[in-house]
Amino acid sequence: MTATDVNTGSVEPSGTKPKKIFSSRNIMLYGVLTVAAFYYLVPLYVMVMTSVKGMPEIRIGNIFSPPLEVTFQPWVKAWSEACTGLNCDGLQRGFWNSVWITVPSTLISILIASVNGYALANWKFKGANVFFTILIFGAFIPYQVMIYPIVIILREMGLYTKLAGLVMVHTIFGMPILTLLFRNYFISLPEELFKAARIDGAGFWGIFLKVMVPMSLPIFVVAMILQITGIWNDFLFGVIYTKPANYPMTVQLNNIVNSVQGIKEYNVNMAATMLTAIVPLVVYFVSGKLFVRGIAAGAVKG
Amino acid sequence: MKCRFLLAAALAASVALPASAIDLEVTHWWTSGGEAAAVAEFAKAFNAGGDNWVDGAIAGSGGVARPIIISRIIGGEPMGATQLNHGRQAEELIEAGLMADLTELAEKEGWKDIVNPISLLDACTVDGKIYCVPVNIHSWQWIWLSHAAYAKAGVDVPTNWDEFTASAPALRKADIVPLAMGQQSWQTSGAFGVLTVALAGPDIWLKVVKDKDVDTVMGPEYTAVFEAFGDARKLSDGANVQDWNQATNLVITGQAGAQIMGDWAQGEFQVAGQKAGVDYTCLPGLGVNKIISTGGDAFYFPVNEDPEITAAQLRMASQLISKEVQVAFNLKKGSLPIRGDVDLSTANDCMKQGLEILAAGNVLPDGNQHLSQDTSTQLEDLMVEFWNDKSITAAEVQKNYAAIIADAD
Amino acid sequence: MEKTSRPSQLFRNMSAKIASIPMVLTALVIFVGCTVWSFIYSFTGSKLLPKKLFQWEEFAAIPIPTWIDKDGELNFSIVTGIVSKSWVGLKQYDRLWSNTRWITSLENLALYAGFALVFSLVVGFILAAFMDQKIRFENTFRTIFLYPYAMSAIVTGLVWQWILNPTFGIEKIVKGWGFTDFEFAPLQNPDLVMFGILFAGIWQGTGFIMALMLAGLRGIDEDIWKASRIDGIPMWKTYIRVVIPMMRPVFVTTLVLITAGILKVYDLVVAQTGGGPGLASQVPAMYVYTYLFGAQNLGQGLAASTMMLLSVLVILIPWTIIEFGGKEQR
Repeated sequence: MTATDVNTGSVEPSGTKPKKIFSSRNIMLYGVLTVAAFYYLVPLYVMVMTSVKGMPEIRIGNIFSPPLEVTFQPWVKAWSEACTGLNCDGLQRGFWNSVWITVPSTLISILIASVNGYALANWKFKGANVFFTILIFGAFIPYQVMIYPIVIILREMGLYTKLAGLVMVHTIFGMPILTLLFRNYFISLPEELFKAARIDGAGFWGIFLKVMVPMSLPIFVVAMILQITGIWNDFLFGVIYTKPANYPMTVQLNNIVNSVQGIKEYNVNMAATMLTAIVPLVVYFVSGKLFVRGIAAGAVKG
Repeated sequence: MKCRFLLAAALAASVALPASAIDLEVTHWWTSGGEAAAVAEFAKAFNAGGDNWVDGAIAGSGGVARPIIISRIIGGEPMGATQLNHGRQAEELIEAGLMADLTELAEKEGWKDIVNPISLLDACTVDGKIYCVPVNIHSWQWIWLSHAAYAKAGVDVPTNWDEFTASAPALRKADIVPLAMGQQSWQTSGAFGVLTVALAGPDIWLKVVKDKDVDTVMGPEYTAVFEAFGDARKLSDGANVQDWNQATNLVITGQAGAQIMGDWAQGEFQVAGQKAGVDYTCLPGLGVNKIISTGGDAFYFPVNEDPEITAAQLRMASQLISKEVQVAFNLKKGSLPIRGDVDLSTANDCMKQGLEILAAGNVLPDGNQHLSQDTSTQLEDLMVEFWNDKSITAAEVQKNYAAIIADAD
Repeated sequence: MEKTSRPSQLFRNMSAKIASIPMVLTALVIFVGCTVWSFIYSFTGSKLLPKKLFQWEEFAAIPIPTWIDKDGELNFSIVTGIVSKSWVGLKQYDRLWSNTRWITSLENLALYAGFALVFSLVVGFILAAFMDQKIRFENTFRTIFLYPYAMSAIVTGLVWQWILNPTFGIEKIVKGWGFTDFEFAPLQNPDLVMFGILFAGIWQGTGFIMALMLAGLRGIDEDIWKASRIDGIPMWKTYIRVVIPMMRPVFVTTLVLITAGILKVYDLVVAQTGGGPGLASQVPAMYVYTYLFGAQNLGQGLAASTMMLLSVLVILIPWTIIEFGGKEQR
């Protein structure tokens, strides 16, 4: 398989054509798929149901039963009142932190990686492949190996615990997969285009901006989906490289759920969990097939 | 309307505070109900002085929060002040010059004369200089018993450890978990320490923790403790909780008979509106050896280049040790104040017991003062494994325990 | 490529070189530099802070002949012993491998990895094969299978913690059906806790594997299906005999991806169990984190992280050789 057929989406089902609607084959086929779909949907269902029940109902009822009385109080509480220590302003702080982390990280990492990929695809200089190989290998190095020295680097740069530092970390760790993505895509573009622009006298940046970027909007969208979900969902970097005031939403969620004052309020916890999941879920549902293409293209080498 | 209010506020601010209102971020891991109420007293006092307490609570336990606190400090982006357990946790940070020297303030205010027992201040002292403010005395040596649970089981509330183990079958019959135990490693390790002090006695315990004497670990007294601890394991079956305060909650609600936990559990009973002697009983030293350990929390102030922040740090340090704040804080926290000259007539039954033992001088240092974090972690890992894996025998654990102590620095 | 095959001068292609600075820095400083740093410091006795690598300790004074002066006389320099007391050799590794928590972590990871690999490959492939039958509602099914992948591990962990909660979750429901002795509390049972985490991990990850497999299946030539149909070979046989062997690269890649991902398992465990009960669900990443920041033994944490790196290399190097062996990497 090559990256191209994934990227361009020229895919067709390859199995045999079904003949009858109610053949035993179809019953098995749809049966299995439906059972599987059920397993995948249950947690989402339970999460939503729990988050709109009151605590008394949770204690007596079971997690699968729909609420007798729908309340959005847990959502309000999770968003604006849940406490970690003395800070009782809910998840909203984490939400905005995550926004301020995700937006610049996504833009900067894509900007850098697309230019990298372009240079690697069309302007190979001596030694470029060495760095590229290191970069790809880097994607497999466990983060645990690098987290401590990066603390030192950020400290020396004065960026430790600052949002800017975290943006840098995300840019760095997003680079291997994004560079690969863009390089493979740019290689797949017809070379004549590039040559023609060269003959017209366009330079490195000219070709990139006028020829390559306009032709590769889909891949930019794919990269954005990849980065937004990846960065929003990050926990490890958030917990190590920021301070409580700058915690991204995932870290704050874990804090709120695990700081119990008195009784655990499961409905608030589930509402908080839903709130944290909403952004990537929206991105996912809106982007649909592009998301699949994104992860497949990012994961399968060219 | 709103505009005018803002303006008025701005004016008031500029008049009242000539550039001295400082935001000081304070990190701590006090996130349970009782703890949060207590730390709010600190914040109130600090804000009343015109500064601004920026709360940096980190959920979980010390084990979760300490890494974050420490990496902040060594990462060159320190908070204004932070909670740590005094003793050896901050040793290297102090040696690296990352913690502010409070000696001058301490001498001015005469901390040496007011802190009781003085060992608390010693734990803050490195090379004759004072680096932290002890804020409370916490003792591990308690067991908390639920009256509701014993009423349900129809047995008298035990007065010591042996009676407690004897009462366990009756509790089980009433569908009550005899011993609530959270599954985090520091809890099991702490409970083991309590049991050691109670059963083997403080001297034997000190020989191991302070002098790192391996022979004592392998000796008969410790053997008995390891076996008793091994037997206690089955008492917590069915507790299924992680956090200590959830375990305390089991005792409060009568779902569990007892919990071995430090006196910070007191705050939870208080928040739940329970009364010592009426709803629950507390036994220092498991009712065997009436003694308390004097561990506790301390506040450290990372070195700061901004003189205004440094001044605010000193203001906070001075407040934390002041009489009023000590009383307000410790009453909520359930811990004992670090100075003997305060009036705690409003303290409840359990705290009074603690104060009496303290006054009588039956005190022990805390394990943290003698064990490095590295060693503590290994011991905690060992004990939590022992507690949760019933196939491990007491003898095996004893051997591993001895190996860790032999290696300790 | 043609453009690069011309004799290159330093200033040729300048823009490309400038544009590649971030990549070069990341590759050298982070991926190479930081890894080497961690490796080196894993041989030191660093506790809370990294020790100075060269804190010379005098151990001996050895006279070493250095130069011959003009009278032909041999001069000796006294070299004070150059041994740095920061170094402890393999001590951190010794301790690591005799530490039961580390061993437990590895066993847990091996268990998790084994089951996760088999399950997600088998289930992922079967789902993909079913999805590839020109079914209706393909998009709906795909959306359902894949949405967990969009959620963070923290979210996944918390949801499953809730479903597996014995007081409120599955156990309570089954008890409510009249099976009062039913016990299902995997997250509270040290023997089962890794399976509790597997439930969540597989739920989150199989959709992704399915998508990769599906992409692979769609890359198979339609003629193969036609040929096998003409020959009257049953479909399942075609899958096993022809399709799966043809998809070998996809399988290998997927395998490498899952394995590398599993080694990093951290968030999920943090959210679901925090490593408990006791030490029952500890994983290597957690051990590293504890020792780097919590237990104040940097050397120990770095030794553990180096072992993690080593295990990745054990997987990665054979794969690279198989995939790229001989031919130049594109």
